[in-house]
Amino acid sequence: MAAQILSAIITIIIGVGGAIAYFWGANRLLDLIFPSRGVSGMAAVDNLRRQGLIRPWLFVGPALLIVTVYLIYPVVQTLYLSFHDRTGENFIGTANYQWAFGDREFRNSIFNNILWLAVVPAACTFLGLVIAVLTDKIWWGTIAKSLIFLPLAISFVGASVIWKFIYEYRGEGQTQIGLLNAIIQGLGGTPQVWISLPFWNNFFLMVILIWIQTGFAMVILSAALRGIPEETIEAAVIDGANPFQVFWKIMIPQIWGTIAVVWTTITILVLKVFDIVLTMTNGQWNSQVLANLMFDWMFRGGGDFGRGATIAIIIMVAVLPIMVWNIRQANKEGGR
Amino acid sequence: MAQASGKSAGKSFFGKFGVHIAVLIFVVIWTIPTLGILVSSLRDKDQIIASGWWNSFSSSTQTEAGRLPGPEAQVEKDGRFVIEGNIFGDGPARTISAFGVRSATPTQFQAGQAADLGDGVTLQLNPDGTFVLSSPVAIEGRGQRVYYASSAPPRFTTENYETVLFSEGIGRSFINSLTVTVPATIIPIMIAAFAAYALAWMRFPGRALIIATIIGLLVVPLQMTLIPLLQLYNGVALFFGVPSKTYLGIWLAHTGFGLPFAIYLLRSYMAGLPKELMESARIDGASDFEIFLKIVLPLSFPVLASFAIFQFLWVWNDLLVAIVFLGSGSDQLVLTGKLNALLGSRGGDWEILTTSAFVTIIVPLIVFFSLQRYFVRGLLAGSVKGG
Repeated sequence: MAAQILSAIITIIIGVGGAIAYFWGANRLLDLIFPSRGVSGMAAVDNLRRQGLIRPWLFVGPALLIVTVYLIYPVVQTLYLSFHDRTGENFIGTANYQWAFGDREFRNSIFNNILWLAVVPAACTFLGLVIAVLTDKIWWGTIAKSLIFLPLAISFVGASVIWKFIYEYRGEGQTQIGLLNAIIQGLGGTPQVWISLPFWNNFFLMVILIWIQTGFAMVILSAALRGIPEETIEAAVIDGANPFQVFWKIMIPQIWGTIAVVWTTITILVLKVFDIVLTMTNGQWNSQVLANLMFDWMFRGGGDFGRGATIAIIIMVAVLPIMVWNIRQANKEGGR
Repeated sequence: MAQASGKSAGKSFFGKFGVHIAVLIFVVIWTIPTLGILVSSLRDKDQIIASGWWNSFSSSTQTEAGRLPGPEAQVEKDGRFVIEGNIFGDGPARTISAFGVRSATPTQFQAGQAADLGDGVTLQLNPDGTFVLSSPVAIEGRGQRVYYASSAPPRFTTENYETVLFSEGIGRSFINSLTVTVPATIIPIMIAAFAAYALAWMRFPGRALIIATIIGLLVVPLQMTLIPLLQLYNGVALFFGVPSKTYLGIWLAHTGFGLPFAIYLLRSYMAGLPKELMESARIDGASDFEIFLKIVLPLSFPVLASFAIFQFLWVWNDLLVAIVFLGSGSDQLVLTGKLNALLGSRGGDWEILTTSAFVTIIVPLIVFFSLQRYFVRGLLAGSVKGG
C-alpha cells in the first residue's frame, strides 16, 4: 500500500515534471535552432517566421497525440469492428446490425432508452426551472439551491445504493425499512419490489438520474434567469400581465437557448447512462439500456467485440445530431 | 404565486408563503435520501433491520427469542427448584414489555408478571431481563425457550465505519481511488493549458479544424472508445510483457477522456483575456512561452480550478473506466467498483452498504461544498457559452 502511494506520488512528479520539461525543452530547442536574437536582421526575421510556424504545434502536439490515441483512433476502430465478428478478424458485413435489430434484448434496450430520453431531460429541465424561479424569490434560496445541487457530486453507484435503500422491500405486514414501502404501507397500500416491476421499474431508475441532474439544470437556468433584463419584466407587469404570462411569454423565450443547452447536455448523459442500470438491476426485469447492454457484450462469454462495437456505434449515431449542432453553434460564435 | 394576480405578482402573503413551502418540499425530497444512509450508517446493525431509519431516534421494538439455561443451573431453594439469571446475557440492555413461551403467542404475559407454565412451574420475566424459573420438581431437559418483545433505546455507533474501513476492504479501495484520481486530475491540466493557449492566441493553419474536432469529441460517448483501447492495451501488454491493467493505463485513459472538455473550457476562458496584455508583452520581447507562463497561466487560475474540480469528481465517481481498465483485485479495486461488488455480495447488509456508500461520497461532498463557487463557474462556462 505504501509502495502504491509512493508510485502515485512519483508518477505525479514524473508526469508534471515531464510535461514542464517537454514544453520548456522544446521551446528552448526551437530558439536554439532558429535563433532570433544575436543574428543579422534578415535572418532574425526569417527565423522568427519559422518559429511562428513550428511553435503552435509544440504547444498542441501532446494534446493532439493523446486525443488521437484515446478518442479519434478508437472511434474509427469501433466502426471497423462493428462490421467484423467476435474475434475482430473476419469481415461479416452488416450481420451485427441485423442481429441487433432482431434481438429481443436489444429492442427492449432501444425502447427503454427512448423512454429515458423522453422523461429524464424533460423532468430535469422542468424541475430545475421551477426550483430556479422559486428559490430566486426567497432569502434562503442559496442554501436551498446548494442542497438540491448536492446530489450532483455523488457518484451514480453511490446514488444507486441510496435509492436502493429507499426502494428496499420487506414482505407484507413486516416492518418496512425502505422509505417508499413504509409510506405505501402506512397509507394502507401493498408494498412492492419496485425495481423488478417490468416497465415501471424504468421510472424508478430514472428517478435516480433526475434526482442527480435537476441541480445541474437548476444552476444553469438560474444563471440564465438572472441575465434577463429587469425592464422587460417590469414592462410586461405594467401592461397587466399576470405572473404566468410573465413567465411563459417574457422569461421563457429569453432563456430558450439555455434551455436547449441543458436539454441536450442531459440527453447525451442519458444515452451514456450505465452505472445506475448496472448496479440497480443489471438489465434484469426488462430494464436494460444500450450502454449497459454494450458493456455486457464486451465481456459476456469471453466478449463479443463485434456486437459490443455495433451497440456503441448505435449510441454514437444517436449523439451525432447533437455533435453537429454543437460544432455549428461554436462556429457561429466564431473562433476568436 | 398561484394566488397572486396583476401587479401584486407573487407578493401577497399566501403567494410568499406558498413559495417557502414549495421550496421546502423540494429541499426535503432532495436531501432525505442522503440523510437516510448517513443516519443508517451510524445505527446499530440490528436496529437498521428492526425499524426504519426515520424512527431511529425513538426506541425500536422487536420480538426476540432466547433460551434459558439448562437444568445444570438450577438451585434448590425452599423446596423448589429455581433458575435465575438475565436473558440478555452480555448483550446490550433492552426493555422487555411482554413475553411468552410459544412462538405463536410471543407476548402472552406482561413483563414482571409470574406466568404459570403448568404443572406448578412458573416463569417471571422482568422488564430489565432478569428472570426466575421456579418448579416444584427438578427441572429436566433443555433450557426453556422464551419469546419476548423488547424495545431497545436508540443506539448510535461508529462500529460500522470500523468494520467497512478495516475488514471490508473499503479503506484499501479508498487509497486506490485516490491513487487513480489525483494523477488523472493533474496530468491533463498542463497538457490542456498549453493546447488551449495555442488554440486561443496563436495563428496557424488547421487551427479551426482542430477546434471543431475538439468540440465534436466533447460528446463522443465513452463507450465508443472502450473496445479498441482494451485491445490496444492488451496488445501493448503482450508486446512488452507487462500487465495490461495498470494505474498508468487508467491515468492516461482519464487524461484522454478529459482533454476535450479541458481544452474547450480553458480555450474559451483564455480567448476572453484582454488582447492588450499579450500585445504589450510581445512588444516587450516576451516569447509565447513566457507570455503563457507569466501572464496567461496565473490569470487562468479560476478556470483551472473549475476544471480540476470537474475532473476530480468525474474520475472519483467513475465506474465504467475503472472496471474496464483496472483489475478487480484488492490492490486495484476503486471505491465505486468496490461498492458495486458489495451490492452483489452483501445485498441485504444495509449497515455495510450504507456505510460504504457514505465513505465513497464523503470526499466529493467535501470537495463540492468547499469549492462550490468554482464548480458552478465551470458548469456555467461549459454550458452557457457567452451567457
